[in-house]
Amino acid sequence: MKILVCISKSPDTTSKIAFTEGNTKFDENGVQYIVNPYDEWYALVRGLELKEALGGTVTTITVGTAADDATIRKALAIGADNAVRVDAEATDAYQVASEIAAYAKDKGFDLVLTGKETINYNGSQVAGMIAEELELPFVSLATKLNVEGTTAKLDKEIVGGVETVEAQLPLVVSCAKGMAEQRIPNMRGIMAARTKPLEVVTPVGGEAMTSFVSFDLPPAKSAVKLIDPENMDELVELLHNEAKVL
Amino acid sequence: MSVLVYVNSNNGKIAKNAMEAVTYGKKIGNVTVVTNGGADAGALAELGAYGADKVLVDRAFEGTDPQQLTKLVVAAAENVGAETVIFSNDLVGKSVASRVSARMKAGLVAGATGVPAEDGTVKVNVFSGKAFGFVKVNTAKRVISLLPNSFQPENNGGTAAVEEFTSNSGEAGIKVLETKKPEGAIPLPEAELVVSAGRGLKGPENWGMVEELATELGAATACSRPVADIGWRPHHEHVGQTGVAIRPNLYIAAGISGAIQHLAGVNGSKVIVVINTDPEAPFFKAADYGVVGDAFEVLPRLTEAVKKFNASK
Ligand SMILES: Cc1cc2nc3c(=O)[nH]c(=O)nc-3n(C[C@H](O)[C@H](O)[C@H](O)COP(=O)(O)OP(=O)(O)OC[C@H]3O[C@@H](n4cnc5c(N)ncnc54)[C@H](O)[C@@H]3O)c2cc1C
Ligand SMILES: Nc1ncnc2c1ncn2[C@@H]1O[C@H](COP(=O)(O)O)[C@@H](O)[C@H]1O
Repeated sequence: MKILVCISKSPDTTSKIAFTEGNTKFDENGVQYIVNPYDEWYALVRGLELKEALGGTVTTITVGTAADDATIRKALAIGADNAVRVDAEATDAYQVASEIAAYAKDKGFDLVLTGKETINYNGSQVAGMIAEELELPFVSLATKLNVEGTTAKLDKEIVGGVETVEAQLPLVVSCAKGMAEQRIPNMRGIMAARTKPLEVVTPVGGEAMTSFVSFDLPPAKSAVKLIDPENMDELVELLHNEAKVL
Repeated sequence: MSVLVYVNSNNGKIAKNAMEAVTYGKKIGNVTVVTNGGADAGALAELGAYGADKVLVDRAFEGTDPQQLTKLVVAAAENVGAETVIFSNDLVGKSVASRVSARMKAGLVAGATGVPAEDGTVKVNVFSGKAFGFVKVNTAKRVISLLPNSFQPENNGGTAAVEEFTSNSGEAGIKVLETKKPEGAIPLPEAELVVSAGRGLKGPENWGMVEELATELGAATACSRPVADIGWRPHHEHVGQTGVAIRPNLYIAAGISGAIQHLAGVNGSKVIVVINTDPEAPFFKAADYGVVGDAFEVLPRLTEAVKKFNASK
């Protein structure tokens, strides 16, 4: 079983979000980058579990610059066998997806796993684009993934419930909560990660189809209106007449 | 300008977010809707009230397989010469819009919350709702997926022409084996009212009062991440940065501290009510209405008040 896991970095979930250069750039000042939680907790760990059960390899792929190597090493410390970095600044989902698809095209991966979304730009776009470029079936927001022979059986979220589906490998899957439990890298993993192969490949020149022109922060919330805990009739009245949500 | 809107009409049901997408499309140009499956032609014609001129329906297949839907949408876009293709950014839209974007080489604006501005930029949510961005599409055609509940459907009456359409969408890559939908429960992603609770509730045995309030309101139930992690509540109820992101009209949070990762999934809510014993709980800073008090007393009291309100309507 050959598994490719797409790993991106994202700002630590507690990061203060601010913009610079006339609100056109994300302010990286003091921001700690982590492996995007969905990629790490769900896609990577489930990939590793499948490899442990069925044999094979787990390769990670990241479209990014040398600044991403620290997060890539973290993925290696958790247990990936080797990593690939396509040496290009990630600019939009399509550019990222074309680079990953171009790399994966003739390598015979059985599974391409991504996270549900990146927590910075929240597009949930990359996986579907990879699938389209590779002309593969795609299961989005999977919460369970098992493989038997060349058939994958998955659970996926649907509105108001869960659907159990089946698809033939090779397959692209975006992974959501339920897929696996977070793994904390141990000392041995961290040591081993230093010497695992991290191959840097030249980009094919995938082009961005979109760009962010500017950003803004939501207006500050006005002060909370406190209601007497004894007087829930007042709360209902306010929700009805003032907030108009009842 | 010609606009194509994909609408999911499977099982004959057309959800509110589909009407939002059609209304949104009408703000941009002349709207054709494309759908598949066996929906009643009369129901499809009613999309005219939201601004659709025409509905193309491919009856050759049911379901929401992303590969089949991609072929359907791309064929329909060619058929009507669409420059803009619109999806609702729901679970189906998310899995198809990205494929259509790649296939048509049309830049994708994911999670739009407003109509395109004069300069063509579209407002989207970024950083889990902690900021927004303005996206420019650099290709001739574009795909926009609209964040559910960020745009009001407008019903102006009228009917759309319904035409049969053949897209030769081939076989489904994904075979559906089983569908499980809990009876009666209101699906969280599309709920307009949500009652949510956290670790302050102390244990799963205390969720009765959360459910009673939800039932009385006609609301869906949700929870914080630790509550789902310990197994007090099912995973699909977990809201936040690593769970589901929701934007209901009303979000009531009891016994939830309001950690930044939790807020990320709910800060798109129109109105937030927080019930917490601790007046210093960070959630109060994000709330519109706050009740400093014990959820074990406040929730049943609120349920009674809602009951009284419902009876008086
Ligand atoms: C990378 C990352 C991602 C995360 N993603 C998410 C996410 O998606 N969603 C999420 O929710 N969390 C997420 N978390 C966890 C988050 O940081 C918090 O730990 C979590 O939200 C706290 O849950 P809680 O408010 O239920 O519990 P607590 O923080 O324990 O708060 C319980 C609250 O209940 C109040 N309380 C106690 N008794 C009562 C009572 N009788 N009546 C009323 N109030 C009472 C307390 O005052 C307190 O404020 C994430 C964390 C990390 C590091
Ligand atoms: N620069 C990148 N390099 C590798 N994988 C990425 C990159 N950006 C996004 N991904 C993958 O695509 C998923 C969805 O990203 P997005 O479409 O941006 O929400 C992420 O969870 C990652 O698995």
